[in-house]
Amino acid sequence: MSKDVWVFIEHAQGTPKKISLEMLGCARRLATALAGSVVAFVPGSKVDQVAAAVGQRGADVVYTAEHALLETYTTDGYAAVLADAVRAESPAVVLAGSTAQGRDLAPRVAARLGAGIVTDCATLDWREAALVATRPMYTRKVIGTVRVTGVPCIAVVLPAMYPVAEADPSRRWEVRRRPVQIDGKAIRTSVREVKTVHRETIPLIEADVIISGGRGMKGPEHFVILDDLARALRAAVGSSRPPVDSGWVPHDYEIGQTGKTVSPQVYIACGISGAPQHLAGMSGSKLIVAINKDPNAPIFQIADLGVVGDLFEIIPKLTEAVNKVKAGSHG
Amino acid sequence: MNIIVCIKQVPDTEAPIRIKADGSGIDDTGLTLVMNYYDEHATEAGLRLREQFGGTVTLVSVGAERVKEALRTGLAMGADDALLVSDPALAGADHLGIARVLAAVIRTLPHDVVICGKLSTDDNAATVGAALAEYLGLPQATAIAHLEMDGAGAGAVVHREVEGGVEVLAVPFPAVLTVERSLNEPRYPSLPGIMKARRKEIKTVTAEHLGLAADVGMAAARATLVRLSPPPARKAGRIVEGDADQAVAAIISFLKDEAKVLS
Repeated sequence: MSKDVWVFIEHAQGTPKKISLEMLGCARRLATALAGSVVAFVPGSKVDQVAAAVGQRGADVVYTAEHALLETYTTDGYAAVLADAVRAESPAVVLAGSTAQGRDLAPRVAARLGAGIVTDCATLDWREAALVATRPMYTRKVIGTVRVTGVPCIAVVLPAMYPVAEADPSRRWEVRRRPVQIDGKAIRTSVREVKTVHRETIPLIEADVIISGGRGMKGPEHFVILDDLARALRAAVGSSRPPVDSGWVPHDYEIGQTGKTVSPQVYIACGISGAPQHLAGMSGSKLIVAINKDPNAPIFQIADLGVVGDLFEIIPKLTEAVNKVKAGSHG
Repeated sequence: MNIIVCIKQVPDTEAPIRIKADGSGIDDTGLTLVMNYYDEHATEAGLRLREQFGGTVTLVSVGAERVKEALRTGLAMGADDALLVSDPALAGADHLGIARVLAAVIRTLPHDVVICGKLSTDDNAATVGAALAEYLGLPQATAIAHLEMDGAGAGAVVHREVEGGVEVLAVPFPAVLTVERSLNEPRYPSLPGIMKARRKEIKTVTAEHLGLAADVGMAAARATLVRLSPPPARKAGRIVEGDADQAVAAIISFLKDEAKVLS
């Protein structure tokens, strides 16, 4: 077994995903404890640019696995190259992001390799020859500590748990190209297309600030005021469950037990009462601001700043004020 | 079409969770247990396939005797049969262990499609579905939000919500599918369905029956839950009441000085 910590890198248009860069920081901590290296594993069709980006942000070694059949993610194609590479190099730990890809791929590869797996990890440490993870469980009413042993240990990591390192072009890293052999017939599913959903705001998984609307938004037409504030703050827009169930916003907005788990620097809850099912997805946020008309809304019990008031009056004024602050600092 | 739906029994997400004094698990005395929320969507998906193509929907689960209650919920919704793998030897099994047990029992049944919830609301692991697909040697499509069968039932085109978009994926059957809640609206059990489910015999098999006793369970587990603890407490912070201008001033200074996300 090597002492290396691998990160499965997701990327699009030549750029690694933010969660993959976050995991390089997590991998560094583990690699230090193991006295091993941080290794980025980058599958795809042409990945030189991605390899350089992860080298600049903390990978000691970048394994590339290039093949035309890896242009688009498929479970069969990616599981084959990742499992083969892990068998050949025998890393101590393999990290993947808690994303559509990571959650699809990691358990399949773990089963193929007979490796232990822990998912939705908030923290990871290497202690006494084991990978020790903490993870929210039972609607975040409980934090579980899970110990994984064997070679390798596979962990799926939640977004926004580790900071992204600044790019340092003077770092030294080594790119190693892994030979890839794939039989097209071994890829049993076929991706017909990936429809990009156009949003004017940034994705939830990449945001330092999330603005989220609940039942108090009163209708789909009002989410535009959250969009305006989000653009001003470079934030993402999400929602609690009722706006999704009412058809005001699509399901991919949903934060909570039946939606996404997020932990941004700041979470701004607008017209959200704070049901346990919503708290399950956001109470790990570093700071919480809540705006609600009802002074008894449970959300105020966990908010760092609670504002009792009419969001329809406050949000547009807040957007204006944010823009003023930005104009002031740049002018 | 032979349709298998995997079911897990979990605590009701609205129920308060008490941790055992030694932190080894949750105290389930008096805890309301229900069918995992996403498994209701999986059962619904199975029933709709049966309505389209005929055949049977068989529910399978792993756990203690009382898991039969969750299986009866699925039978009351309209599933044809239910099978429970129950064996003390399975205590302490990790997610891959459970997936191996499910694979072993599903191998004994004819199966054109295996449907699971995308995750269970107790431990949120989202691990068993994809691992099960691997053990069965079948293709997979996880967290599907839309399902359209080809006319002959030989495969499906599914939609998966991916970050920033929707992946449209063609999957040949037999396959393992895990389902997102936006896939469908689960039906309520009907009164005749509930009556029928009550009388239905639920077969129980042991790990030994499946030839698995030694290689699943605690000893084989690579991932072990060491302890449970309460989450770090969040305290209520400052409350601002006043007019909109005061509220805006308070939020701006919070974003600038405390959160440092505005400058």
